[in-house]
Amino acid sequence: MFQTQQKVISNQYPAWKYLLLIVITVLGITYAMPNIFGDDPAVQISPAKSVEFNQQTQQQVAGILQNANIDVKSSVFENGKFLIRFTNTEDQLKAKSLLKEEMGRTAVVALNLAPATPAWLSGVGGQPMYLGLDLRGGVHFLMDVDMEAAVEKAYQRNVDEIKGLLREQKVRYLPFEAEKDKIEIPFASDEYFQSGLQALQTEFADRFIIAPDDAAAKPSVMLTFSDATIAETQKYALQQNITTLRNRINELGVAEPVIQQQGDRRIVVQLPGVQDTARAKEILGATATLEFRMVDEKGDAERAAKTGFAPSNSTLQHFRDGRPILLQRQIIVSGENVVNAQSSIDPQQGSPMVSVSLDGAGGRKMLATTKKNIGNRMAVLFIENRVETIEVNGEKVKKRITTKDVINAAVIRGQFADRFQITGLDSPQEAQDLALLLRAGALAAPMEIVEERTVGPSMGQDNINQGFMSVVIGFVLVLILMVWRYKFFGMIANFALMLNLVIIIAVLSMLQATLTLPGIAGIVLTVGMAVDANVLIFERIREELKNTSIQSAIYAGYEKAFVTIADANITTLLAALVLFSFGTGPIKGFAITLSIGILTSMFTAILGTRAIINWYYGNKRVEKLSI
Amino acid sequence: MSTATETKMINFMGQRFLAVALSAVMIIASLAGLWMKGLNFGIDFTGGTLIEVSYPKPVDLNNLRQDLADAGFEEAVAQHFGAAEDVLIRIAPRDGMNSAQLSNQVMDSLKAASSEPIELRRVEFVGPQVGDELTEDGALAVLYALFGVLIYVALRFEWRFSLGSVAALVHDVVITLGVFAWTQMQFDLTVVAALLAVIGYSLNDTIVVFDRVRENFRTMREPDPVEITNIAVNQMLSRTIMTSLTTLVVLLALFFLGGEVISGFAAALIVGVVVGTYSSTYVASAFALMLGVSKEDLMKQPKEERDSETDEAELQRIFLEQEAKREAKLAQKGIKEDE
Repeated sequence: MFQTQQKVISNQYPAWKYLLLIVITVLGITYAMPNIFGDDPAVQISPAKSVEFNQQTQQQVAGILQNANIDVKSSVFENGKFLIRFTNTEDQLKAKSLLKEEMGRTAVVALNLAPATPAWLSGVGGQPMYLGLDLRGGVHFLMDVDMEAAVEKAYQRNVDEIKGLLREQKVRYLPFEAEKDKIEIPFASDEYFQSGLQALQTEFADRFIIAPDDAAAKPSVMLTFSDATIAETQKYALQQNITTLRNRINELGVAEPVIQQQGDRRIVVQLPGVQDTARAKEILGATATLEFRMVDEKGDAERAAKTGFAPSNSTLQHFRDGRPILLQRQIIVSGENVVNAQSSIDPQQGSPMVSVSLDGAGGRKMLATTKKNIGNRMAVLFIENRVETIEVNGEKVKKRITTKDVINAAVIRGQFADRFQITGLDSPQEAQDLALLLRAGALAAPMEIVEERTVGPSMGQDNINQGFMSVVIGFVLVLILMVWRYKFFGMIANFALMLNLVIIIAVLSMLQATLTLPGIAGIVLTVGMAVDANVLIFERIREELKNTSIQSAIYAGYEKAFVTIADANITTLLAALVLFSFGTGPIKGFAITLSIGILTSMFTAILGTRAIINWYYGNKRVEKLSI
Repeated sequence: MSTATETKMINFMGQRFLAVALSAVMIIASLAGLWMKGLNFGIDFTGGTLIEVSYPKPVDLNNLRQDLADAGFEEAVAQHFGAAEDVLIRIAPRDGMNSAQLSNQVMDSLKAASSEPIELRRVEFVGPQVGDELTEDGALAVLYALFGVLIYVALRFEWRFSLGSVAALVHDVVITLGVFAWTQMQFDLTVVAALLAVIGYSLNDTIVVFDRVRENFRTMREPDPVEITNIAVNQMLSRTIMTSLTTLVVLLALFFLGGEVISGFAAALIVGVVVGTYSSTYVASAFALMLGVSKEDLMKQPKEERDSETDEAELQRIFLEQEAKREAKLAQKGIKEDE
């Protein structure tokens, strides 16, 4: 049965396995390393809407800091933003308030913690782990957009248009209003009903499901939105609200805000590092509106801005980038008259434009105004109202704060009523932003906070400390247990465990996965469970030692335990996977670290320990194993 | 032949009826606890607001409760959290008032009543609707996990083992829930995560024992399934103890050092690991035995008759097979190079 040339079990590993182990160890250490350097206090300056930073801004920023004698550690201009690092938090805070004052509304100035990763590490893509809100402090909101209200508003917006059409076609209808989920139009007679139905079907078939309502007392037509229209309405409502939130958060000055859609009616807002959470909530809860006004072309806006005095029938307003403009006091049309605004491409000139539609009342006012004002400019004023609590002489006072921005001013080319286009926009992006702002000021569906998780800064630091402490203590206890039980082999397993921890941290850093407190718990648990593979192997080797030679026992221990280890780990991975797919934020963090830990532990506990054992014991006569 | 019979054996399976009785008692007690006391659900599931504040000095809760009542929060529950300086305030969901206003108002009234500066540690608000969703998602996740296990083990082993392992998992989950009901520890989202981790851990343990049972069925001449299972459990005993020990020490570290937020999570896992270790020994194997698992079920087409082989010879054979494979590969490469 045996071949003539007898081979003996010798436990040798080919060179490439050692090489693989060394490469992975080096990579693991390199990419885990950015986590030990800590952070620099920094200020991040990003441009406000429709502003771009340039050489001049750079000089301006440098000048402001120089004049105030603030030490700058480094200043980088990247992706259109400035990141200025300071040596201490005192300088950072001073610089922030100074910059905010000087740069006004052209920039968003935010405090930030910039990782102090050395250049050679960040050069190869090394970054520290991304800490979750529970570790760095901050606010997490889940906002729910009221979709029923969004649809209801959409019905209301269509009523005027429908009435206009019926009047135009000389169809007599009885009075009606929009309902929550339909529009029902009663007609005076059967003939009017027939012609009305026909007119509606030719004009609105793409938007509505149109059917006669037999149940009604009078001959009536019932209009309900098609599924596609409802889906589109809801998509718009969500998009609008996201845009509004983004604008408001810019005002808060948050370095890395997250504003994301979740599901089909929710928005997640995460503001890391925000300390004044009360103010954050107030700003997010603001309401917005719009006003269309004529520009006062006779007055001198520059002079008004300098002196602070506007001509008697005008008010001084500003564009978002700070340019002054004088607007007439009279309001032509306000946000509630706006039915819709959409960006598109002008078919004649091929340039971006925004199409606006107004309701009947708005259209009439617009017609009256534009008739007299051809050649003059009309401006759109965006107004945001919010209640803010401020401290006056040590007492809290609720104060109503209103911000007004001119978002557009365009020349009236001809008279128009309820439908018109705003052209002369620089880019499709600008057109899109304008349309979104118009809608946001006019018809944003209401939203409310349905979930909030705020973690104060001291709590975040405590969580880090406690998490770190429990990892270290748990880890040391496991190391002691392993050496006590498995002697030299235990030490090898400990080495593998350390490598495992390093690789987990490296992988988390490379993936930039969010590390949360439950995530740390996942790491701790992995440390406890990762040694299981080695326990299985070592127990098997002990068992085999009773029957066979030392080399065969080592060989058998690894061979036979492997299937068991694989089976056991796959099932745990299965549970982690369920956890991941079900989990919300923090739970996901736990699932991620657990999954990564299971995978890396397979590598270190099997290949890692085997490599050392083969190197130490392999291919030689061994009298006794220290196990 | 294996040496299991030589070493001292504990007759685990002989006690299995006693174990079944014990498990039955524990499960009934747990169900009774769940029915009588119920779980102390956290705001993740009930909805509501939770505010943690920190004072520079220890605070008197009675005064604080009075302050809250004066401000119109009679139903607020206040308790110390971890330290005498820290206070946790819980407020049930209110109609017509959103979280933003609520937590601001609470903080304002506390600040007004306190002569010292107080610090907001954290706010958690969950709307009632979100609470319902989280409850549903949590329950579904546990069910999905159990179902996934059922399928995987059935594919990998045999349906009797599959039912056995799921019985063990249900056993673990129910008893962990029972402990939470009787102790009235807070049951929140992290505890659900811990339950899923318990499922993973307990299963891990069960699989390891099953794996050995299967191996023994294939390699031992012993005809009695009870005896074979017993040998397997004994063979894995030191491993089971060692792994449970390492897992428990880290969990204890997490429980005592990880902070209050994570302690419920750690507690659930500690209970789960202890119960899981017991269940993988008794419940899973005993259940599979009761369903009548036998040698034939696991002897699916063995490649060749291996019973006659000694351990040494079998190893040698595996080793040589691998060596031959490697040489064949090398030879192939050599030929290619020659060409």
